[in-house]
Amino acid sequence: MDSVGKECQDLKRKYDECFNKWFAEKFLKGVTEDPCTKLFNVYQECVKKAIKEKNLNLDAIEEQVLGTSKEKQPPSK
Amino acid sequence: MVKFIATTSLFKYTWEQVAIGLWQRYPNPNSKHVLTEDVLSRSIEGSRIISLRMLTKTNKIPKWGERIVGRDKNVLIVEESVVDANEKTVTTYTRNIGLQKFMSIEEKCVYRVSSENPSWTTCERTAWVSSSFYGVGRGLEAFGAKRFHSNAHKATQGFDYVLTSLFKADHLKDHPLLVSSKIKDTARKAAEMAKSKAAPLLPRTSPS
Repeated sequence: MDSVGKECQDLKRKYDECFNKWFAEKFLKGVTEDPCTKLFNVYQECVKKAIKEKNLNLDAIEEQVLGTSKEKQPPSK
Repeated sequence: MVKFIATTSLFKYTWEQVAIGLWQRYPNPNSKHVLTEDVLSRSIEGSRIISLRMLTKTNKIPKWGERIVGRDKNVLIVEESVVDANEKTVTTYTRNIGLQKFMSIEEKCVYRVSSENPSWTTCERTAWVSSSFYGVGRGLEAFGAKRFHSNAHKATQGFDYVLTSLFKADHLKDHPLLVSSKIKDTARKAAEMAKSKAAPLLPRTSPS
């Protein structure tokens, strides 16, 4: 899948490959040490720059909702 | 006013397969509106992985809504997730950024081992659709809730297609998504053929 930053495509693909393999073969079998952090950091640098250049609202994007009181609740009966 | 929706989907794959597939669910034949996908943060806390993903999508707006917000605006979707390998759950919380006044959709899905069959996985989906647009908010909520149902079905079918391609690749050609599009295609071709055959007859039936 494409990245929002065209120039980040290759970095994203490399990171995704590393993560998907590790997730399936290691993490789900109890190994929690992540070998992909270096790839993740260079990809992040690229994608955060692309988000800024496109004037997307990073604060709104990074706002945490899941697990906080901002999560919507089912209506009480 | 907020419309609340709750549904459950079933995947005939193990929880581990569903968790693996969730990171690879795009692209699929039902996700042509998804343009980009990025991971913006990820941390590992013991047996849990906490991630933030951002998607950009094209967003089709009803004709009468175009006048208010303009056409063909792309929309940002943010997906927070927690994979818990001990509990065997994946929780996703998805919301749109931008156009929220026009329509805001927040969706929570909890994927867990099916109580019916331990090698299947269910997704309990709850969603909240709201619009605070003056005057037309309620109409928009009804429209949004209706579209949510059909989109949720398409998303589930698209994800199921990805799971089939990853774990039962030899069954892919029989996937309902391909079968239904083949039927539609056959029906379309039949209709076109009938039309082209009927066309030469038309002048004779028109009054002279």
